[in-house]
Amino acid sequence: MTHTLPTRPPHAPPGRRPPAEGRPASARRRGLGGLAARIVLLAVVDALAVYGLLALAADRSWWMFGALLVGTVAVNIVYATKRHVPAKYLAPGIALLLVYQVYVVLYTGVAALTNYGDGHNSDKPDAVAAILAHSETRVPDSPVRPASVVARGDRLGLLVTGPDRSVRLGWPGHPLEPVEQPVRDPAGRAVAAPGWRPLTYSQIAGRQQEISALRVPVTGDPNSGSLRTADGISAAAYRSTLAYDRAADTITDRVRGVVYRPTSDGVFAAPDGSRLSPGWKVFVGADNFRRILTEEDIRGPFLGVLVWTFFFAGVSVALPFGIGLLLATVLNGKRLRGHRIYRSLIMLPYAFPAFLAALVWQGMLNTDYGYVNVSLLDGAHIPWLTDPWLARLSVLAVNVWISFPYMFLICTGALQAIPAEVTEAARIDGAGRWQVLRHIRLPLLLTAVTPMLIATFAFNFNNFNVIYMLTGGGPKDPDAPIEVGSTDLLISLVYKLAFGGSNRQYGMACAVSILIFVVVAAISVIGLRRSRAFEEQT
Amino acid sequence: MIRWFVRIGWRHLIGVLAVLVAVFPLVFVLSASLNPSGTLTGSNELFADATGTHYRELFDDPLHPFGKWFVNSMVVGLATAIGSVFLGACAGYAFSRFRFRGRKAGLTTLLLVQMFPQLLAYVALFLLLSTFDDVFPAIGLGSRLGLVMIYLGGALGVNTYLMKGFFDTVPRDLDEAARIDGASHAQVFFRIVLPLVAPVLAVVALLSFVATLNDFVIASLVLNDPDKQTLAVGLYHFISYGVGRNWGVFAAGVLIAAVPVLVLFQFLQRFIVGGLTAGAVKS
Repeated sequence: MTHTLPTRPPHAPPGRRPPAEGRPASARRRGLGGLAARIVLLAVVDALAVYGLLALAADRSWWMFGALLVGTVAVNIVYATKRHVPAKYLAPGIALLLVYQVYVVLYTGVAALTNYGDGHNSDKPDAVAAILAHSETRVPDSPVRPASVVARGDRLGLLVTGPDRSVRLGWPGHPLEPVEQPVRDPAGRAVAAPGWRPLTYSQIAGRQQEISALRVPVTGDPNSGSLRTADGISAAAYRSTLAYDRAADTITDRVRGVVYRPTSDGVFAAPDGSRLSPGWKVFVGADNFRRILTEEDIRGPFLGVLVWTFFFAGVSVALPFGIGLLLATVLNGKRLRGHRIYRSLIMLPYAFPAFLAALVWQGMLNTDYGYVNVSLLDGAHIPWLTDPWLARLSVLAVNVWISFPYMFLICTGALQAIPAEVTEAARIDGAGRWQVLRHIRLPLLLTAVTPMLIATFAFNFNNFNVIYMLTGGGPKDPDAPIEVGSTDLLISLVYKLAFGGSNRQYGMACAVSILIFVVVAAISVIGLRRSRAFEEQT
Repeated sequence: MIRWFVRIGWRHLIGVLAVLVAVFPLVFVLSASLNPSGTLTGSNELFADATGTHYRELFDDPLHPFGKWFVNSMVVGLATAIGSVFLGACAGYAFSRFRFRGRKAGLTTLLLVQMFPQLLAYVALFLLLSTFDDVFPAIGLGSRLGLVMIYLGGALGVNTYLMKGFFDTVPRDLDEAARIDGASHAQVFFRIVLPLVAPVLAVVALLSFVATLNDFVIASLVLNDPDKQTLAVGLYHFISYGVGRNWGVFAAGVLIAAVPVLVLFQFLQRFIVGGLTAGAVKS
């Protein structure tokens, strides 16, 4: 089978000369222009990298600092020398691939082994700080100090003037530090610091809520408490009723005398079972996978979604392919007048962006006002999108509408690419039309389109848009313990686990993501192996 | 007459039927966008009356800045399309023309990585971008550039195989002749090989543009500010808060959003059929 690539006649490159005399001159010219472009580009990249390195160092993000440093050195080695030619073509793509694909995939794999989610959002020191901050009360009889609220961008900070005129500045998550050269008002109270501007009275009034929530830790130790301001011009010390003992790794309630100890699932718990919120992220091993596969009230809905996902993806390939193949066979051939017009019009759903198609169909299938019920079915009240089985039928039908033109196009292309001699030879050998179709054209066509059928299956396995925009995964299953509906695919289930509702379970969502990846990868690998073997036979 | 029907006519029958199925929702949208009633119920009588008010309303609603969504989608889509075709072409060229250590392993890895759609990693993407927020706000949460970068991160996985296949169809004799004449590898790439596959590149760019336009999950993850959102995110929220009421305006928005893509597809039709099949032929 030949490709249908439009090729132009090969033409000589401009400025072609006999090699012997032409080469040195053109080589020198090319060398200069290319060199200049390379130097300028490399300089820009390096300048950005230096900026990034400084920003990362200031933020103390040493992992990212290291990654960027290694990357920058690698880029310089690749582009500053004449060697490593293939790397020059691959470097930009690979850099982006590493950050936005490989890293996130690995991160997903690691997060799948944790209990990351609401209530377990951060690491242990953060959790300790948050627990202590939640239980802070005003320290009795503590002095009120002059203070002012300052801003850098959207961020608010607290500028505190001590009795000895010393000035310290801190902001949420960043303990107080001495400030050099503050701006003072006539009374000696500091009102601004380098990089931080004072708030006007109207701004203080407008951001009152934010300001009363402003909490600046005194030191890095969570036991040291914080400074808070009620009015924006003075600050008072607050301290927690709980105390964290770093050596024993326990939290003690100083009022009630209860001791909380860390547990293996990442929370502080008292002997009586009461827990302090929030907890922190801990590795739970294969716990998420185990829960999906064994815990009855998760396994049930999960298996239901899994079966439906396979069914949805399978039908979304088979039915459009059948229709597309039929149309391609029927409408193929130059003898059929207007076959170009047919193609242009049938192609329209393919060209129409799929998310728009899903949204439009959602309106057309509306039970009370939709075009299908009101006009086509003369005022029927069929719950196309709200009855579990009809909803499944509807999302399939809409997806067939979206995808049959694509199948029609690739079948048309594949059929046209089958050389006429092959079918003519078969006809001469006495094969009938049906035999030619069955034994010659179909096998050749299948060989050509199998990789695309596999890709389509993989795509529909994760076809979030059609489901989300048509039914939102619903109608909801009222009996399931997790939020799941009749038309939910695995991918929309992941979305709901991660972002839907009040209890976000990132770790669990990542575990389902990994399972989806394994399924799709296995199917793709098996399918591609098969199709290649198939190709060699024919 | 009967013989004509048996030989040709039935084909037209099936063809017309297919066209009706394909076109009728689009006709409905067109009619609804012109219908003065503006509600879903009122739109059910096709072309009962026509008015342009919905199109005017579409651009006058400060809560739903459709014009900005449109521009955002076009800018993000074009940047992604051009960028991913360029990155994919560079990588495809390297794999097609050079023999280097790790070439086979690299191709296999790309094939494997491609099977993990970025969609599945949105928890990780969200965290990555919130980390960037502190250090490089230009590519952090809420930034359109950040969104484009995410899309470009997936470019190599999707396009390299396809591109390598295209480049393999360009005879090597061409580059060798040019090299003898003193062209550098970069000149061979930009001046000889790339122009030869330009029509297919246009198709790949178009498909990448459409895929970007269609993305809802990652776009809604990154862009919160209504002024920065794309059409997919904006129109979804626009219609999900009142299916019945804003239908006319929504239909007008759908049409305007779809027209650029519909037109491009008609123009590139011949190449699209070729491009879709060529991707499969080369293995």
